[in-house]
Amino acid sequence: MSSIADWATPNPVTENRSGLIGKAVDRYEGPLKVTGTAPYAYEVEAPSPPVQGAIVTSAIARGRVAAIDTAEAEASPGVLLVWTHKTIPAQGARGARINPRSQRPSSPVMDSDEVRYFGETVAFVVADTLENARAAAALIKVTYDELWAVVDFPASLGLAENPPGEEDVRIGDFETAFAAAPVTLDETYTSPIQNHVQMEPCATTAWWDGDKVTVHTSIQMVKGGQHALAETLMIPSDDVHLLTRYIGGGFGGKGQSYDDLSLAALAARELKRPVKVAYTRQQMMLGTIHRPATIQRVRLGATPDGRLTAFALDGYTHCARDALFTEHFANFARSLYAAPNRLTGHKLVKMDLPGAGPMRAPGEASGMLSLEVAMDELAEKLGLDPIQLRLINEPERDPETGKPFSIRQLARCMNEGAQHFGWDRRNPKPGQVRDGRWWVGMGMAAAIRADYLLPAKAGARITADGTITLLQGMTDIGTGTYTILAQITAETLGVPLSQVRVEIGDSNLPPAPGSGGQFGASTAGSAALDAGMKLRVALAHLAVGDPNSPLYGASPDLVTFDDGKIRFGNQSEDLSTLVARAAPEGVYAEGSISPPADRRDVSLHTYGAHFAEVGVDMDTGEVRMRRMYGVFAAGRILNAKTAKSQITGGMIWGVGTALTETNSVDPRYGSLINQDVGGYLVPVHADIVDLDAVFLDEVDDKANPMGIKGVGELGISGAGAAIANAIYNACGVRLRDYPMTPDKVLAGLIAAGL
Amino acid sequence: MKTTMTVNGQASTLDLDPRTTLLDALREHLNLKGSKKGCDHGQCGACTVLVNGVRINSCLSLAVMHDGDAVTTIEGLGVVGALHPLQEAFLKQDAFQCGYCTPGQICSAAGMLKELADNWPSQETADLTAAIVATDAEIRERMSGNICRCSAYPQILAAIRDVVGAVA
Amino acid sequence: MRPFTYERATDAASAVKAVSDNPNARFLAGGTNLLDLMKLEIEHPTHLVDVGRLPLAAIEETADGGLRIGAMATNSLVAADPRVRARYPVLAQAIIHGGSPQLRNKATVGGNLMQRTRCAYFYDTTKPCNKRQPGAGCSALEGLNRNAAILGASEHCIATNPSDMSVALTALGAGVEAMTATGAVRALTVADLHLAPGDTPHIETALSAGELITAVTLPPAPTGGQVYRKARDRASYAGGLAMVAVAGGQIALGGVAYKPWRALKAEAALAAGQTPAAAAEAELADARDSGRNAFKIALTTRLTVAAIAQAQGGKS
Ligand SMILES: Cc1cc2nc3c(=O)[nH]c(=O)nc-3n(C[C@H](O)[C@H](O)[C@H](O)COP(=O)(O)OP(=O)(O)OC[C@H]3O[C@@H](n4cnc5c(N)ncnc54)[C@H](O)[C@@H]3O)c2cc1C
Ligand code: SF4
Ligand code: FES
Ligand code: FES
Repeated sequence: MSSIADWATPNPVTENRSGLIGKAVDRYEGPLKVTGTAPYAYEVEAPSPPVQGAIVTSAIARGRVAAIDTAEAEASPGVLLVWTHKTIPAQGARGARINPRSQRPSSPVMDSDEVRYFGETVAFVVADTLENARAAAALIKVTYDELWAVVDFPASLGLAENPPGEEDVRIGDFETAFAAAPVTLDETYTSPIQNHVQMEPCATTAWWDGDKVTVHTSIQMVKGGQHALAETLMIPSDDVHLLTRYIGGGFGGKGQSYDDLSLAALAARELKRPVKVAYTRQQMMLGTIHRPATIQRVRLGATPDGRLTAFALDGYTHCARDALFTEHFANFARSLYAAPNRLTGHKLVKMDLPGAGPMRAPGEASGMLSLEVAMDELAEKLGLDPIQLRLINEPERDPETGKPFSIRQLARCMNEGAQHFGWDRRNPKPGQVRDGRWWVGMGMAAAIRADYLLPAKAGARITADGTITLLQGMTDIGTGTYTILAQITAETLGVPLSQVRVEIGDSNLPPAPGSGGQFGASTAGSAALDAGMKLRVALAHLAVGDPNSPLYGASPDLVTFDDGKIRFGNQSEDLSTLVARAAPEGVYAEGSISPPADRRDVSLHTYGAHFAEVGVDMDTGEVRMRRMYGVFAAGRILNAKTAKSQITGGMIWGVGTALTETNSVDPRYGSLINQDVGGYLVPVHADIVDLDAVFLDEVDDKANPMGIKGVGELGISGAGAAIANAIYNACGVRLRDYPMTPDKVLAGLIAAGL
Repeated sequence: MKTTMTVNGQASTLDLDPRTTLLDALREHLNLKGSKKGCDHGQCGACTVLVNGVRINSCLSLAVMHDGDAVTTIEGLGVVGALHPLQEAFLKQDAFQCGYCTPGQICSAAGMLKELADNWPSQETADLTAAIVATDAEIRERMSGNICRCSAYPQILAAIRDVVGAVA
Repeated sequence: MRPFTYERATDAASAVKAVSDNPNARFLAGGTNLLDLMKLEIEHPTHLVDVGRLPLAAIEETADGGLRIGAMATNSLVAADPRVRARYPVLAQAIIHGGSPQLRNKATVGGNLMQRTRCAYFYDTTKPCNKRQPGAGCSALEGLNRNAAILGASEHCIATNPSDMSVALTALGAGVEAMTATGAVRALTVADLHLAPGDTPHIETALSAGELITAVTLPPAPTGGQVYRKARDRASYAGGLAMVAVAGGQIALGGVAYKPWRALKAEAALAAGQTPAAAAEAELADARDSGRNAFKIALTTRLTVAAIAQAQGGKS
């Protein structure tokens, strides 16, 4: 059985002889994206021009469709098909798996008259044009038998239960230690429902060829989508060819498929022609998953010199009644600060809302909003600098499991960040710095995000022209997968980048789990490295066994690869020459990664420190970010450019989290109130001023063979708390309810007589 | 309804449903799918194109309103192998991630450069009567009609700065 | 969108006739508000008369020393006009605080004046709304009404007018010229354009059906500083929580009522030598909240005080 110890052995990526690893190379698919020629799911060329679908969604949160009148829609110009729960073709039963090995079960659409949330699909139209489809959809009249629905989270905490199979985690005796602590803090923090707002709405183009369906869809997980569709259509998964080449943002929200996928496939089968279906922006807001709201209580007990003796983070979150999901806001805290007596846990309310689900850094993104503000508050009580308080409580080993850290450079992140940001200029007393009508303040927060490695495969093929193609059922949601796979492959085979092609986003390719949980690069990349190594072995054997090769008879183990050549001693030949002569049909090899069991014996995380400076408008309570800086430790960096983009992108999500992003349910209707991007406010360019980030040099040889870790979700973790702390430092208003909009800041200013 | 537009320098006459937006005409009828639909309601900027040199949201315009107009889309700015300086700069500065907002950002930046040259003010313009200086704050504000959820804003600024040049 | 026919007007009079003759016809100017609402099935005209290319986009001097701005001038061109910038900076400022550059490049002066509310319940056709469907009820009254009106509202509608431009126009005492069905042009003021919701919130303006705004007229700029302030949830591309325009001694508030709100009480207080704070409080003494929008009273008061002080300081 393999072990993480094996990863200490050098490999082409860790040796990085040609220096491609870490290099800030341009995005592989960049030229297509900047010219608008990368086809997203709704834009792919179908074998014949597709007809277009339009979805009608429910106007109640829970109940039944009592009647549905489609007569006018059916008679409307250009309409080819109208479906309701009564007329949609048979689908696999909800949650069923014909093939027990399917990664996802059937997810039928309109499988009954039941309405489970506001915004659920209740009817579907296909017409010759989008205009006709949408006009007809608007003519469908639905009446409902409405049932009482659980939609008001704060009012429903009485229904909260432990997430299935979970208990609070207790170490030592929290209550006693907290009661005895000389300095304590006990505060509650709340975070709202958030939406992913990927710029590309969910979309699918589908067509059939006999019994086989081809779908181009916008999804982060290739196999999951393929299997869910196969189960829904009740066909073998081999009959579903799912492609997802370009994805206009995912952030966790496209980890699953939605009704566009099933409806496009079903309608294309029915109509015997290509069909495309996209969600509207409003349907994206209402009918795809969201980050659920949380109510978090933080209790900290400390000695006067700042040592934490008691630590608790627990509280409430919610999910859909029949789509279990827990926003584990307390999990990160189990590895962050030392304290002998600890309590963490979650309580879950099942509600009649659209599905709650993963959104960029699920858990950390919510949880760090509470604890990292609480630490700021405690530091003030103790008269300590917030960084000092964190340094005092740096653990030697994972504070809950006692496992060793693979590597932990949190202290360095904080210290170097402080230095660069000018933290020493921060006046710990709030409200002391003014710039015109703005109060100016600084805040900081730590960042931690768990690091994962999942099983994956990859294929590598060399063709007679010397081109090496990396093949993997992986996705690139903007994270840079194409690019880093090309870099890994080029470095592994010792060829220039221009000689490498990358094909991903295709269910026919060797499977990888997809993009999520910031495990993408580690997982897909490790498999790609292995595939490259396997291809090297195959090429070495090919050369040494070929009497026409200058390497004939050499030991395959001693063959090296560089500069597009295969080499033994001072004998070498171009890879293209070798392949063209000895294997003109090309050479293909597959590799894989599966995490060794002992990877679980170390505490594996990425770390960082956020520093923020904000201005608070004295008249209005408006908060504007002025400056933000982050220092991060996330293992070896594969591409300085794309990694930094991921990190700064995450930090900006933290700005949105702190200042603007919120959705609320109107309990009278059970519907989300912000149904578009004019109502749900994500940061615009003017909100982001002077934001920068750096990575520390780091190699984490316990994480995976390449010593890399994920970067996609670290940037958001803690970022919002740094802003919240800066608001307090600016004006003395301590807010614990996100986002910190002018109404809340103003209430604080007024309460403080300002 | 017959509508004639010059799109990326080429005259084309389309017979359109009056309901067809300029965006859908480009994407569905002219096979110019570079312009993206992010919201369809003027709230994101992904559909930004230049009409007679001026940037607009093509989702909130009917194609029939543009009879006789000259429309420039991302496809008209540059192509792979012959990129527009803005496209080049976006590539170099990694000013995009998923790429979905990108054509709109680039068309918007192209329109913005003209507005700057024409001395149009923005809310960041301190002195409305003076010549405008393309400060970072001006560029950020002027690019605020284009949402990038991947949040490539710092990189977008850097890319545009590459083209605009440094200011004193 | 429901099917409609489209025509491009060649002159104002025939455009007015086309819309006056057909109750289901609408003017289409920039389209940035009307098309938005049509896509959501909130508006369903069966005929659109495109007035966007009517020769009504000029900005010209008036005999009294003011400016006359054609209704089809785009928001961007008005804000960029050197005369507007020099003499009516509050108007340029208000415009460039609204929407996005792309929207302003398309939106017209007439369309901006006539734009409808952005009340979330008005935009969601599954919710009762008196403005969309008279008699249906008002979902905002007891709903998530954070951005609802604090002045001039009724128990039938608490929606606000979201326009930035018209707040400045109101502070400047601007007039509106409109062509009626007879082809005659009549004059009214921006301040009188919008009607209080009362129990008919679906009737929004004083224009009769088919009446076309042809221009707005600016009187000579008042003496004194001009200031525009807009409080909002993000730095740009967001509707206002409260807006204040000050032009000399004239003040208007935005985002607080069904119309740009001329703050006559505040103006009177100032004229009587009272402090900006006293003036703002005088104006907002009648303000009423509906729950979640309570903060807007304090917000508007503070913003008004700040804007007046800034204008009196001579800065703009
Ligand atoms: C995402 C978004 C954000 C926005 N943010 C802001 C903001 O912050 N501040 C702000 O002020 N505005 C904002 N707007 C509103 C925008 O400014 C308006 O959409 C625009 O001003 C309307 O102008 P238009 O010419 O496009 O009008 P149209 O959409 O063409 O018309 C609007 C209405 O006015 C009628 N109409 C048009 N012209 C005339 C005329 N001459 N006479 C009589 N009736 C006429 C039309 O029949 C229609 O009913 C925003 C819009 C969007 C989509
Ligand atoms: S406030 Fe007015 S627009 Fe909003 S829901 Fe009530 S009636 Fe409709
Ligand atoms: S698609 Fe046009 S602005 Fe979003
Ligand atoms: S690159 Fe993804 S939204 Fe901008």
